[in-house]
Amino acid sequence: MAGSRIVSLGHYQPSRLVTNDDLAAIVDTNDEWIRDRVGIATRRVADTESVADMATSAAGKALAASGLTAADIDMVVVATCSAIDRCPNTAARVAHRLGIAAPAAMDVNTACSGFSYALATADHAIRAGSSRNAIVIGSEKLSDVTDWTDRSTCVLFGDAAGAAVLTATADGEEPGIGPVVWGSAPDRGDVLKIEGWRPYIYQEGQAVFRWATTALAPLALQACERAGVASTDIAAFVPHQANTRIIDGIVKRLNIPNAVIAKDIVESGNTSAASVPLALSKLVERREVPSGAPVLLFGFGGGLTYAGQVVRCP
Amino acid sequence: MTRDEIIAGLAEILEEVAGVNPDDVAEEKSFTDDLDVDSLSMVEVVVAAEEKFDVKIPDNEVQNLKTVGDAVSYIESNA
Repeated sequence: MAGSRIVSLGHYQPSRLVTNDDLAAIVDTNDEWIRDRVGIATRRVADTESVADMATSAAGKALAASGLTAADIDMVVVATCSAIDRCPNTAARVAHRLGIAAPAAMDVNTACSGFSYALATADHAIRAGSSRNAIVIGSEKLSDVTDWTDRSTCVLFGDAAGAAVLTATADGEEPGIGPVVWGSAPDRGDVLKIEGWRPYIYQEGQAVFRWATTALAPLALQACERAGVASTDIAAFVPHQANTRIIDGIVKRLNIPNAVIAKDIVESGNTSAASVPLALSKLVERREVPSGAPVLLFGFGGGLTYAGQVVRCP
Repeated sequence: MTRDEIIAGLAEILEEVAGVNPDDVAEEKSFTDDLDVDSLSMVEVVVAAEEKFDVKIPDNEVQNLKTVGDAVSYIESNA
């Protein structure tokens, strides 16, 4: 059975840069505290751009770099938990603006783990023969669901989008997207939520930190195992960018001495479903990972949900 | 296990997780105010203590552990 692979990537961030000092002017916080607790130095915040605008920009770049055209794309999947519009969904908006005429178009909401869920969904569709070329996007405008008076959360988040173009692998070609390891802990979902109207992000930091630093490493190793890749051969690890101390805590429990560790959170903050494709796109753009090398993606967060897989670097 | 043995074990964990000088670790010391252990390091201390002392310390219990003595008492009665 044919698998799929990532052909190209693209990302978009709003132009407005918000520093820790900027936030210290509106809530009681400071640069040292933010850097020490979560590792963030700056984040980008959208002014007029919507989730669909950012998704379109990122997907447009990925499509332009893919060698394919809009006419080749038969599926668009957008991972987001912050789109305001319900219908048409974000995927349909993106498809229309990119001139993709009649794709299967759906949004997937599993919050911060969304990109890996969407990537797996598109990969499965290609494996099943229901799609040949797909665009998978993570796009979030978390500034819309951020309580800008809450110093414990407003320092954490940013707005961004990242996208990947997928294509079916040829017969006999190694699949470029490994089996997904996905799941959730719904009994503990309330420790990180965006609910009600008007919704704001709420989280119990200690509980989320504990779950992320203890439960996830074995699952990430399972993703390596299912892909048939030794953890020591992983060339890059791109986890959801929530907190540098969470990333360090997970890395400590993985045996990945040869991996570049993505830490885009320092400049971009936590961008939920956008964080993994954003960080991956930047690593590839900076040529920090060789083409064809195995990269471990692992998304986790709100819900609580998680998903990860090993992909071959485009 | 005696209280002193538990304190010695906690001191080892605190040194490894948060760089606390073992000589500073005593029953009356507050994790946050005296030993400068922040909320996330406290989680790491708790996770390491669970393993070392074979005890379960649930999330809602962590906030009650203000001092080293609180932690020693919890471990003593639940291990």
